[in-house]
Amino acid sequence: MTLRATNLACERNDRLVFSNLSFTLAPGQCAELRGANGAGKSSLLRLVAGLVPAAAGTVTFNGDADISLPVHFIAHQDAMKASMTVEENLHFWCAVLGGENIATALAAFSLEALKNDPVQLLSAGQRRRLTLSRLFLSHRALWLLDEPMTALDATTQDSLRAHIRTHLKEGGMVLAATHGDLGVSPDQTINLGGNTRG
Amino acid sequence: MAEKGPHQPFRMTAFFAILQRDFTLGLRQGGGAGAALAFMLSVLVLIPLALGPDQNLLRRLAPGIMWLALLLAVLLTAERIFQQDYEDGTLDAFVGIALPLELVTLAKALAHWLSVGLPLAIIAPLLGILINIETTAIPVLMLAMILGSLSLSLLAAIGGAITAGLRRGGLLVALLILPLYVPVLVFGVSATLVETGPSGSFNSLLVQLAITMVSLVIQPWASAAALRAYFR
Repeated sequence: MTLRATNLACERNDRLVFSNLSFTLAPGQCAELRGANGAGKSSLLRLVAGLVPAAAGTVTFNGDADISLPVHFIAHQDAMKASMTVEENLHFWCAVLGGENIATALAAFSLEALKNDPVQLLSAGQRRRLTLSRLFLSHRALWLLDEPMTALDATTQDSLRAHIRTHLKEGGMVLAATHGDLGVSPDQTINLGGNTRG
Repeated sequence: MAEKGPHQPFRMTAFFAILQRDFTLGLRQGGGAGAALAFMLSVLVLIPLALGPDQNLLRRLAPGIMWLALLLAVLLTAERIFQQDYEDGTLDAFVGIALPLELVTLAKALAHWLSVGLPLAIIAPLLGILINIETTAIPVLMLAMILGSLSLSLLAAIGGAITAGLRRGGLLVALLILPLYVPVLVFGVSATLVETGPSGSFNSLLVQLAITMVSLVIQPWASAAALRAYFR
């Protein structure tokens, strides 16, 4: 199971965001995406997820250009319905993603106590925990995380770091855009430039 | 967004999960089925006040008014079909699910029909009593409206997908899909015209069935193509 990106280029609104980007991600590896705001971190994640076509270059998974990758994509938006409860939202995603049950997902970020609350009553950090718990509804080898630490408190950040380590140990792959600390030393850092200091 | 791999079977549980969730949301949120019903009811209450108490005039106009009310009520909710899912990232999070985007949009269109179109189609002919509708016309009108509302919802899903990423796209939806609603309206009304007799009604229903079938075939591809354009 290898993710290989070759000579990727990305255009948004006729502006070249990045070009000639190549990287390889093997099982158990983590790649960190660094770059200033607007450097194209989210664009790269969307591109790898197959949501946007690349202006040039290819993304392959196991040598297969089919982008029905076993992927979890956690973007900025939470993809949860405000008028439904935590449990109802998770049941929906469980059915859609083909998971077994929602117990593991609820436990991953200790959301059990909140399961009957409508999502509109959750705080920003709680909504983020709910979004991240999608990762545990069904097993997907590749996690694409866009600023996963946003709005999380210190304890939850630590448990996310622990989850990332476990996922990597089990042969998973993580590609994460972040300004913070993922809790693992990344096997590679993809720097998209801009005036960034790490 | 979902792309189906050649090795992955379709997963209909995902299809029904989307259908069920959208149905629930349609009933639960104020702007969905409730708003459409309230809209239709206010039209039917106001029409006799606007046109005057001429019973015969109302009776003659009743089927046409019912159809207009249904059509506009469906139109009112069209922009909501995809907008929320687009804005809250749900469409993005569909990446890698074992259901092609085409079927995702079909599930959402059918949920719109079940939560808005179908209830209105069943209730509307009964509400028609308010405007003195011919009681013998009610069964045919109901049948025509059930069929017609399905194609209205399917066509609304095309318009809704095209305007998913636009703020206040309601007017644009109306402009885009109103022309497509014309045949549904014409044959819907002609099914309930007394002058054409039973065979005329039957023929109009058949044309309506054909329109619904064509919409069913075109809608998933059109909606999915429109949504894909937004991902770029």
